[in-house]
Amino acid sequence: MAAKTLTIDGKQVSAEEGATILEVATDAGIKLPTLCHLDGVYDVGACRLCLVEVAGIGKLLPACTTKISEGMDVKTDSERLRKYRRMTLELLFAERNHVCAVCVANGHCELQTLAYSQGMDHVRYDYSTPKWSVDATHRLFGMDHNRCILCARCVRVCWHIEGAGTKNVSGRGAKATIISDLNQPWGDSETCTACGKCVMSCPTGALFYQGSTVSEMERDRTKLEFIVNAREKKQWLP
Amino acid sequence: MVIDDLNAIAEKERAARKKTVIRCCLAAGCMSSNSETVKKNLEQAVKDAGLGDEVEVRGVGCMKLCCEGPLVSVDTQNALYEKVTPEDALELVKTLAGGKTKIKRGDFNHPFFKKQLSIVLTNSGEIDPERIEAYIVADGYQALHHVLRELTPKEVVEAMVKSGLRGRGGAGFPTGLKWGTVAKTQSAQKYVICNADEGDPGAFMDRSVLESDPHSVLEGMAIAAYAVGANQGFIYCRAEYPLAIKRLQTAIKQAKTLGLLGSGIFESPFNFNIDIRIGAGAFVCGEETALMASVEGKRGTPRPRPPFPAESGLWGCPTLINNVETFANVPPILRKGADWFAGIGTEKSKGTKVFALAGKITNTGLIEVPMGTPLRQIVEEMGGGAPDGGKIKAVQTGGPSGGCIPADALDTPVDYDSLTKLGSIMGSGGMIVMDETTRMVDVARYFMEFCVDESCGKCIPCRAGTAQMLHLLEKILNRQATARDLAKLEELCDMVKNTSLCGLGQTAPNPTLSTLRYFRKEYEELLQPDPFGPHSNGEAKKSQPATR
Repeated sequence: MAAKTLTIDGKQVSAEEGATILEVATDAGIKLPTLCHLDGVYDVGACRLCLVEVAGIGKLLPACTTKISEGMDVKTDSERLRKYRRMTLELLFAERNHVCAVCVANGHCELQTLAYSQGMDHVRYDYSTPKWSVDATHRLFGMDHNRCILCARCVRVCWHIEGAGTKNVSGRGAKATIISDLNQPWGDSETCTACGKCVMSCPTGALFYQGSTVSEMERDRTKLEFIVNAREKKQWLP
Repeated sequence: MVIDDLNAIAEKERAARKKTVIRCCLAAGCMSSNSETVKKNLEQAVKDAGLGDEVEVRGVGCMKLCCEGPLVSVDTQNALYEKVTPEDALELVKTLAGGKTKIKRGDFNHPFFKKQLSIVLTNSGEIDPERIEAYIVADGYQALHHVLRELTPKEVVEAMVKSGLRGRGGAGFPTGLKWGTVAKTQSAQKYVICNADEGDPGAFMDRSVLESDPHSVLEGMAIAAYAVGANQGFIYCRAEYPLAIKRLQTAIKQAKTLGLLGSGIFESPFNFNIDIRIGAGAFVCGEETALMASVEGKRGTPRPRPPFPAESGLWGCPTLINNVETFANVPPILRKGADWFAGIGTEKSKGTKVFALAGKITNTGLIEVPMGTPLRQIVEEMGGGAPDGGKIKAVQTGGPSGGCIPADALDTPVDYDSLTKLGSIMGSGGMIVMDETTRMVDVARYFMEFCVDESCGKCIPCRAGTAQMLHLLEKILNRQATARDLAKLEELCDMVKNTSLCGLGQTAPNPTLSTLRYFRKEYEELLQPDPFGPHSNGEAKKSQPATR
């Protein structure tokens, strides 16, 4: 494969053709905020946090799904991008009921971490405080829709890594929900293999292990990457 | 099927033509006011009067002046009868023998008809959409024959480029360029899709084309398929258009029977089949990537572009996707020549555009005008202005992705670039007229509510951003908002526009932005004094300690 040379934040880098801006930036030590991206799972460009500016292109492009090209000049950080990222996070916090103090993922939450790192210190929008349910019917796991940000990472791992096809998205807009099978209680699902990959992939406290309480939800994300590497590259890397 | 067979069908059809043709509109609008019974009674009346050999009662597609339906016309009298009831049928048939009638008469010389220029709607209201012979006698499938037997695919693409046709779905991408890209992409399998998921509130152009002249769309798709090298087409039609779907099914069946679709069309090596896919009610499925996901049987959500459908579309194959009206333009262009088409319209917007006139306007209905026609001519002359002596305040084009054009900009010529300059878009052709009684903040709220309902929920700015914008607009309408809320609304408009994944989110702020641009005063009048001072923008100042 041919190598491509490009500039990211003024830094000259070269990478293999077909790589995404996000991959190249990460390799170059530039950390981009992401929520729907998860190493090992294909990208969908949904959270819009990794949007970057590319010289000569009027639109902002998602780093996770945009392939690099020769001579590309990428800017991953600007006043405008920072403002949009903060607003995106504010919108998420106002959308459902994200109460860190009582959340199982407090301290291990990607949404919370991002809010800190992006300087989102308060939410200027009115909270919509919707009423969402908790599905605790599964013997091992639980799903709290109040904390879901609809990144659909769980759906993607369920279909494409585990191959069970239990998780899915139903409804649309703000009413969209992650469902199990045909919107049945998770515990009644006949397809769920109880592998727990969805719980491992969840960025917030929406999916959790039964029995965990405030701040106890730590996840082993590397396990997913390990499985994918083993399967696709036949590399059994620890 | 060879050209002689086609001409024989046309000849037979011509010979069977009766002296007088009574046309009765059987498009969805008139049918909802009982035009089917009108047609049945007319037929009975003709039979009873013993005129069966001289008079044909023909069910036709949309006769355009929808507000006066059911519409009936008699060609020998050059007369248009409006609001015809089933009881009127007998009286109407008696006029053929010189009888008098009190049925409301329309005027074909009214600017509403006179100023129209029909390319796409040529057959609409003229031919029976359920008979392929009627389309063939109107030069139907001649263009397909010409293309298959006399032109190379490259020449077809060149003709499309030369014609200057731009996509009629809303964005106005040059059609020839799109065809060329798909044609150039190497692949053993390619697809052609017709986007018939018309969903803008108040828009019914594509529905009328499908109901009135389905074969023109099929022929356009077949020509496109030959040009790009596809052998399979899909029409993605929304389920809310049952009549259009029924007529398409009839048309496809007829075309297959005559060998105008299927294998070896016109005894050339070209094969092409068309299937219909029915939408399940999601507006976002009009977005091309969401539409393709839906055709594939997946959840209809958009994906980032590139890759564009021309490179990787349906099941990863190069796919050409055009709107109904775009395809309906194709046969006339190839029949009459690209130069003829390029001679109509403005420098950068060629041809005609069909608009669905609706809202506070006297003549509601379908019009087709050359590009560059001033908006004033459309709404005031043709549309007859606001009813009951009202004054037009604004014209909304482009549905939830478009904007409101204020009355003082009515002299703008209607073309892609002029409308974009005004902060609106051409869109698919919905044109909603508003009079002085309309509150513009209400309009913005209405369209925002539509976007909130129709957002697929995949990307955060569109899903959560539109919900917040709707909340802010409602706050303003309820007189609970301050200047800070308005600033927040504008900030969100900018953010949602620039960060959303697909066209739905990127254009969702347009109705709000355009009403803010032209009718800002109406927003400001609803604002309340800010308890935290006039200069506060909601951001904590650096010198202040954070409160949380």
